[in-house]
Amino acid sequence: MTHITEDKLWLSGNEAIALGAYEAGITVASGYPGTPSTEILETLSTYEGVYCEWAPNEKVGLEVAIGASLAGARAMATMKHVGVNVAADPLFTASYIGVRGGLVLITADDPEMHSSQNEQDNRNYALAAKVPMIEPSDPAEAKLMMIEAVRLSEELDTPVMLRITSRVAHVKGVVAGMWRQQPPPTPALEKNPAKMVMLPAMARKRRQAVEERMIAAKALADETILNRIERGEEKRGFITGGVSYLYVKEAFPNAPVLKIGLTWPLPDKLIREFAAMVDEIVVVEELDPFIERHVKSLGIACRGQDIIPNRGELNTDILVNALTPERAERGFAALDLPPRPPNMCPGCPHRGVFHNLKRLKVFVSGDIGCYTLGALPPLSSMDASVCMGASVTVAHGMMKALGAGAHDKVVSVIGDSTFCHSGITGLVNTVYNNSAATLVILDNRITAMTGHQENPASGRTLKGEAAHQLDIEGLCRAVGVKHVFVINPHDIDASYETLKEAIALTEPSVVIAKAPCALLPAMRKRRIVPYSTRQKNCVGCMSCVRLGCPAISWTPFAAGEAERRGYKAKQKGLSKIDETMCNDCGQCAAVCKFQAISHREETK
Amino acid sequence: MNAGNILFTGVGGQGILLASELTALALLAAGFDAKKSEVHGMAQRGGSVTAQLRFGKQVYAPLIAIGTVDVQVAFEMMEAARYLPYLRPGCAVVVNTQKILPPSVATGQASYPENILETLRERGISVVSLDAFAAAKEVGEIKTANVVMVGALSSLLPVDAAVFEERIALRVPPRFKEVNIEAFRRGRALSA
Repeated sequence: MTHITEDKLWLSGNEAIALGAYEAGITVASGYPGTPSTEILETLSTYEGVYCEWAPNEKVGLEVAIGASLAGARAMATMKHVGVNVAADPLFTASYIGVRGGLVLITADDPEMHSSQNEQDNRNYALAAKVPMIEPSDPAEAKLMMIEAVRLSEELDTPVMLRITSRVAHVKGVVAGMWRQQPPPTPALEKNPAKMVMLPAMARKRRQAVEERMIAAKALADETILNRIERGEEKRGFITGGVSYLYVKEAFPNAPVLKIGLTWPLPDKLIREFAAMVDEIVVVEELDPFIERHVKSLGIACRGQDIIPNRGELNTDILVNALTPERAERGFAALDLPPRPPNMCPGCPHRGVFHNLKRLKVFVSGDIGCYTLGALPPLSSMDASVCMGASVTVAHGMMKALGAGAHDKVVSVIGDSTFCHSGITGLVNTVYNNSAATLVILDNRITAMTGHQENPASGRTLKGEAAHQLDIEGLCRAVGVKHVFVINPHDIDASYETLKEAIALTEPSVVIAKAPCALLPAMRKRRIVPYSTRQKNCVGCMSCVRLGCPAISWTPFAAGEAERRGYKAKQKGLSKIDETMCNDCGQCAAVCKFQAISHREETK
Repeated sequence: MNAGNILFTGVGGQGILLASELTALALLAAGFDAKKSEVHGMAQRGGSVTAQLRFGKQVYAPLIAIGTVDVQVAFEMMEAARYLPYLRPGCAVVVNTQKILPPSVATGQASYPENILETLRERGISVVSLDAFAAAKEVGEIKTANVVMVGALSSLLPVDAAVFEERIALRVPPRFKEVNIEAFRRGRALSA
């Protein structure tokens, strides 16, 4: 946490939410890492007196928070937008049960899909689960609204969703703080089956309570400080919320604005009042026309997604172009440059697995993690990826569709953390309903993509304390997989043979590719002896280049250069290793058939 | 300069987040409001990365609009040209001349564009180029290349060098304080 002055802090939206959670007296928090939500729990775990954990998945995380709330503590669960799909089951019934201690579910949405497989708009969950939703625009509001979310949860006896987007979560700004409002409540058990056991007879009564609560919330929406009308000099007014509000202020600083902070339920009276103040309303919101539909349902005419796109992030330019194109900056024309997509790191253990799967010419059913990058050239070795845990189940479905003859045609790959998240049930199904699919578990000992979070198989908790380490191999055997292999993915040739053997089997099999992430501190601190190319041996076959390691590059020969430098006339160039980037994995040396790559000491 | 937009561009892993953070802290210490936007997750795995820093009396939007970048700090040569539409005519670009090959170039499918700096100058952009990697090597810690870039940027901003140095000293681990301040000074001298 960085102080600017005694009472002013420089925080990201996620850090501000953590501070707000602390100030509001949250004492139990759980969740699953996912961009752009991850830093909330990481930050909150540094505060005294708050229990924070990584759950194996978002459903578990929300259920833990529900449990803490029912024991009387203030609690929260954090996750990315798609995580709420996983947690939707407890969410919809927690809505009926309500809370004892305040309960907040943070959903971090990712418009533009910076690091996600879809850009679903989770405001729809508030409507569907009948719970209030609050949306801040920047870090300063994120802290205040987190505190308000806890207060509202207890006042209305309901879980409250706090929705942020990437440009709130990962934007830094000035935040006022920090002081704790009051000591957190003391948890204590209290039996109340009519409210906590959702048998049909009890749930029907609670269904009525949900309705009454949302009517109360609706009345509060017109009064709350979360919503406000900002008067302006222009005839065109804007209804907006979240980060979109800031683009409106930037583009049209003098326009009247109805700023929505309580996204659900929406303030009907305030909307009507605002409509009477202006000649024309433009609703500015990212993704679905959530507010726009509501405004129109009140019989109020407005513009919105007829001029503003319903996909991707918004920004100031989009608004200016849509409404005052004569003011729009054109900027210099873009240049046509080679793209720079993300890539697996030098020394990444996943690379060797994808190289071998490509050689084996199988259909690869993939999953969510760094290894999804295996789909990109030059490895181009992933053929499907749906959601967390789907690698195993999609492969099983393919096998059932294709029939027994296809037992060696489909392989699924999943990371260690993703396997714990939702791959295990899929594997149980593969065994139970018997298909010969081979599952490769890419066990790099950490949740890597989101920035190295611990998980049940890593042997450490969120706070870095020692924990029981899940035995992935033993678990696979326990669910009934008879053929479990463990390979070192950096050992390209031995891995190939094992993969080939597993894939040929007509019974379920698992191959655990076990090697730590190259970026783990222990891996970075070890002595690295870089590989280098013995250029006189290089025949320009490009085998190493096709691994797609960032440390390996291809230098093409100019016309006649090959012969001039003593190579065969048809050789097109040379491969070269950047020794400052090499992480000493040796995969390139293993694929080179001409002894052109070796450790530095052996090269001369 | 009472307000401005600074765009940091480069390749994931080059230390752009720390560089933009040090710059933000210096601007805040000088009394400006600021907002900074970063991209985490998938984009950090060696891909093209940006950090957007806006400062002024009061800053609303976290993202810089097209044609409004006042200073770009490019940690890699080609990345200096990738966000050209965002640059304001007549703006300044501080470029580290280091080249990092993207996959299509490294695998021989495309070639690294030539004359990047000329392309920028032709458009009336003032270019300050330096080899931050070499400068960092000279001060004895290659990991300070990002702080060399902050030094080069600092001479274009309305904040005293002393304020930058004070913030750097507070932010980096104590045992790296000296070398980072030396890197900052080296970068500042190179852009003067």
